[in-house]
Amino acid sequence: MTINEIENEIIEEFELFGDDWEGKYEHIIDLGKNLPIIKPEYKTENNLIKGCQSKVWLHTDFENGKLIYTADSDAIITKGIVALMVRVLSNQPPKAIINAELNFMKTIGLMEHLSPTRANGLVSMINRMKQDAIKFNT
Amino acid sequence: MIDVLNIRNQFPILNQKINANTLIYFDNGATVQKPLSVINAINNYYTHSNANIHRGVHTLSRIASELYENSRTTIAHFFNVSNAQQLIFTSGTTESINLIAQGLSKSILTEGDEIILSQYEHHSNILPWQLWAQENNGHLKVIPLNSNQELDLEKFETLITKKTKIISIAHVSNTLGVISNIEKIIKIAKKHNLVIVLDGAQSAPHMQIDLQKLEVDFFVCSAHKMYGPTGVGILYMNEYWLNNLPISKTGGGTIKSVTFNETIYAEGALRFEPGTPNISGVIGFGAAVNFINEIKIENIYKHELELINYIQNKLLELPEVVLYGVSNVKAGVISFNIKNNHPFDVGTLLDKYGIAVRTGHHCTQPLMQFLQIPGTVRVSFAVYNTKQEIDFFIEKLKKVILMLS
Repeated sequence: MTINEIENEIIEEFELFGDDWEGKYEHIIDLGKNLPIIKPEYKTENNLIKGCQSKVWLHTDFENGKLIYTADSDAIITKGIVALMVRVLSNQPPKAIINAELNFMKTIGLMEHLSPTRANGLVSMINRMKQDAIKFNT
Repeated sequence: MIDVLNIRNQFPILNQKINANTLIYFDNGATVQKPLSVINAINNYYTHSNANIHRGVHTLSRIASELYENSRTTIAHFFNVSNAQQLIFTSGTTESINLIAQGLSKSILTEGDEIILSQYEHHSNILPWQLWAQENNGHLKVIPLNSNQELDLEKFETLITKKTKIISIAHVSNTLGVISNIEKIIKIAKKHNLVIVLDGAQSAPHMQIDLQKLEVDFFVCSAHKMYGPTGVGILYMNEYWLNNLPISKTGGGTIKSVTFNETIYAEGALRFEPGTPNISGVIGFGAAVNFINEIKIENIYKHELELINYIQNKLLELPEVVLYGVSNVKAGVISFNIKNNHPFDVGTLLDKYGIAVRTGHHCTQPLMQFLQIPGTVRVSFAVYNTKQEIDFFIEKLKKVILMLS
């Protein structure tokens, strides 16, 4: 699936919740719990992105022309949003990742988590994902 | 007792909806909301009296100068300071501590000296001293906490050596709400001729402080935690330092006369207030202290202590909650965590219910290292908070615990 197709899939998934923010956040928490566990050897200082409050670890592999991301966070809501980002951007070619606008976050009402003042490390994680894509873009 | 409903009506911001819920503002330790009297004082100043202060011969300048100096007198009375000149207006607690550290570095501090702090200091009361220590082979010594997360004052005296010159200490822990036994600290410090710096950022909004009774060399606090505007605070110094602390910032307004060879400085507070000060901020600060005086600080303390005991008891009933610094004598603040959960998640979900709390390390990372946690959820009260708000908070906290479990 392309990034756009995955984004649309997520938008449909979140439409079910409507105004029920509790349902939506329970879903994010579940996504966080189900995020495939990053290999412990990848939880290095180098892979650590420090937010002021929550921490995010991001590991990038490059296989068959596609970037494979694995990630983790010490806060479960951050981890749920990390899971969404991994779902959208992992297993995609570098060019698609570089050009991804990630507008789905606005549509599903989670844009506030990407505000630079949220101190959760997510903005830095997306920057790191894109930088890694630039590195492998030949 | 106080009429909370009447008080709440003086805070327009409290009527707001946040995420479709009535705002419950429990982040008063970070900054407190402002009453109409403060907002109006600033508004009136800009509408009717704006002019630069001191030295102006025209009417507006005289009025602005009077308003500015009246604030100094009002605040001096509030802290029972006999000579209002002992109060210097700064941009806040952080700047005040920096001015003290820089001043003392040019007077009593010499290479290799020691400064005593405590485990629960705010970064603002660590970094200015650490900066000096790094440049001068100095040492920071730390009063540890006991198992109740109170200062272990038995250890304090054992830290003092001939090289120890200063103790700089929080009156109230901004993370735990624990009140330092400052009378005992002063007694021990005096015995060893230490210069005493008291950080009142978290005590001044909540409890009576008499600077004639508390014989400290320096006392600092911020207006915005005392119902006043941001960007203004005070640096109190005793008579000796008022005349002897070397200045570390200078400029217009601080002088008697200037030639290119020599400057004769003004006496008193003006020596430390270079440049055009935060005039509207100072006037707002005066209005804020008048607001506190109308309610009386003792009544605010009683009301907030009642809220603290109420919320502590409610939280102690929840097996998932870990409380820090539990005590029935605290000021303004309580801190807790939900077992196996990150404070960031708890704060994010509470915000969805319109409840503003603070999460994280609260600029006290050494304390977090001591407690071995990444952060806490901090609830901090002001005079307008109520038990009903706490009930709503507890009800929603239980939901948050369920969501995260």
